[in-house]
Amino acid sequence: MQNVMGIINLNLGQDLLKELTMGRPLAALPFGGRYRLIDFILSNMVNSGMQNVGILVQDKYRALMDHLRSGKEWDLARKRDGLFILPPSPNPCSSGGCRGSVENFYNNLDYIESSRQEYMLIAGSHIVCNLNYRKAFKFHKDMNADITILYKEYDADDELSQYTILDCQPDGRISDMGSQSSRTASRKVSMEMYLIEKGLLVELIKDCQARGGWDFVKDVLIKNIDKLKMFGYPYKGYAARIDSIKNYYRHNMDLLRPEKWEELFFKSGLVYTKVKDEAPVKYKENARAFNTMIANGCIIEGRVENSILFRGVKVHKGAYIKDSILMQKCEIAENAIIENVICDKNVCITQGKWLKGEKNYPLVVAKGTIV
Amino acid sequence: MRKKECIAMILAGGQGSRLGSLTSKIAKPAVPFGGKYRIIDFPLSNCHNSGIDTVGVLTQYRPLALHSYIGIGSPWDLDRRDGGVYVLPPYAQEGGAEWYKGTADAIYQNLNFIDMINPNYVLVLSGDHIYNMDYSLMLERHKKQKAEATISVIEVPWHETSRFGIMDTDEQGRITEFIEKPKEANSNLASMGIYIFNWRLLRKCLEDDRKNALSSHDFGKDIIPKLLMDGHRLFAYYFKGYWKDVGTVESFWEANMDLLADEPELDLYNPNWRVYSVNPTRPPHYIGAMAKITRSLVSEGCSILGEVEHSVIFPGVHIEEGAIIKDSIVMPYVTIGRDAQIYRGIIGRKSLIEEGALIGSINHEGICVIEENIIIPSDAQILENHMISKQKQVG
Repeated sequence: MQNVMGIINLNLGQDLLKELTMGRPLAALPFGGRYRLIDFILSNMVNSGMQNVGILVQDKYRALMDHLRSGKEWDLARKRDGLFILPPSPNPCSSGGCRGSVENFYNNLDYIESSRQEYMLIAGSHIVCNLNYRKAFKFHKDMNADITILYKEYDADDELSQYTILDCQPDGRISDMGSQSSRTASRKVSMEMYLIEKGLLVELIKDCQARGGWDFVKDVLIKNIDKLKMFGYPYKGYAARIDSIKNYYRHNMDLLRPEKWEELFFKSGLVYTKVKDEAPVKYKENARAFNTMIANGCIIEGRVENSILFRGVKVHKGAYIKDSILMQKCEIAENAIIENVICDKNVCITQGKWLKGEKNYPLVVAKGTIV
Repeated sequence: MRKKECIAMILAGGQGSRLGSLTSKIAKPAVPFGGKYRIIDFPLSNCHNSGIDTVGVLTQYRPLALHSYIGIGSPWDLDRRDGGVYVLPPYAQEGGAEWYKGTADAIYQNLNFIDMINPNYVLVLSGDHIYNMDYSLMLERHKKQKAEATISVIEVPWHETSRFGIMDTDEQGRITEFIEKPKEANSNLASMGIYIFNWRLLRKCLEDDRKNALSSHDFGKDIIPKLLMDGHRLFAYYFKGYWKDVGTVESFWEANMDLLADEPELDLYNPNWRVYSVNPTRPPHYIGAMAKITRSLVSEGCSILGEVEHSVIFPGVHIEEGAIIKDSIVMPYVTIGRDAQIYRGIIGRKSLIEEGALIGSINHEGICVIEENIIIPSDAQILENHMISKQKQVG
């Protein structure tokens, strides 16, 4: 995979988790007890053997830069290649920011063109999975495909109306794609991960830009379905799509099933992240914890059930945490009770307070709030 | 290289034979401690937190684990352009190769390293003590007293004085008497093995000591008494916090257990004095629905389905349902099978305790040590006070 460069496109799904993505890009959203969303795709790329990764950032990317810095934690601080942050260029003609992902690609074509790799893997950061791209890349070459799109087949009862659905022929060739409509029964949902030869992408982006199109899916992929050989590659493992508060909550909670925990964190490689040098978790005399995932640096004196605690959370005596997600450095004071709650970083729930959300509508407490 | 005021030399060569099978494959400073650390993390982190950016680590016995662990020093922010960490093993010279004959000889054999930097002061540390200490305060004191050497001291229980270098001081803190491991002491001020020397003086003293055939080339036995005898200004620096020499199985076990107190003397959670370490790439640990954990430290990557009480659990440990771990230390990547029981055990890295095995017993004082990479078979019973190593497998 040394011949593949990665482009992580953060143009997708920016405003879907309003409360949690106000001050940070979706890619920097904390997930899984000690990670941020971007850790998963970055680790996947690195574990697959890729050494050159560019990140197309949009706005609010300070939090992300803080997290990534030189890329050392992902072994991407390299003499040649490594990690590149590709900021958006201010566009004189449009005041409303970026018009679409194609503009972002177009503005950074020089980086793409000058890189050594022949192929590209384009992906977002909003799908959390532990996936090795080697097989998909082999498939791409074996099929002599122009573009390979990774997809995941969903169950019949999943709601797919907002996703891009692929219609594939038996050999995998994509015959149609678009949003779900009555004419297709396909449950194959695009993971928005694309393998493509670099020269072809450059050509497509230039062409698309010249014709005034801005949307990668609509103006680059769908328009060229008949002209290009596009194939779908099925991914069968765990994939959590983070596109709403509800999904964010649900997919975090998934990790409390040991087989999912195992799959996401170990299956085809470890997940890297920025380290914080926190001490191990301390359970004091009265601590009780069940079916719970807890990151280093926490001090537990109360009771924690079916929950995920990020680094450095303090749960005081008599406090009770149930079905909740507590991000970094939250503090739950004595005898406070929280249930179905997502606390963003540095939230403090004071003594004796009682907070309760609904299972399918968890209560979100904004960063730094003192309740 | 830029001139440095003070550099640190960490003596990390010791075998630590009193730790038994814990150090049969690695040097004592590399022994895991406190749920995620290794012993040497403490002096290295202290250096970083005290603003000392040039550190020599003197290794000797089984150095591989230590060398690969320290690497370029980036976990302790010691990958500096000017200075940083230098690993200094013994090396062959014109007269042939020789081992470090004593603590002072180890420094002597690295004169060229210290000369290269030419600092004003040299801080000598041990790689096998557990404590958080701000060396910059000690250095300040050293300069203020116009001392030529400063020894950090701590009050120890009277019955333990025979294990330490014991000293007497006058009201200003100037050392009047120093006796290494006295049979009968008239003070309980013990040397912590932490010294600051004026480099010029130490250099000369080490060269003299080298020529002395009768010397054992040890700081406590030779250098300090000599300096004292020659009338140099030696001062004591009183240290108040937690400090423990983890030289024996018992003291190693105790120091780990000390961390489990509700308000331990050694605070690992102080954001202004972090203990740095090589962090494992592991997810947060998972506590199963039937698990029970009290008074314990648990690190990342563990999955715990059984019962853990008053124990220290390192990264990547898997504990099956029904297993009971009590008053024990479980090192990285150990697997403990269903219904196994461990009381007062120290289980080495990557060992496997199979289903139903029993280690130690619930009402006994002795500590069982299982070396790394050992398989304790199903239903084996290992009594208290045993050390199980590769040579002496059971089953």
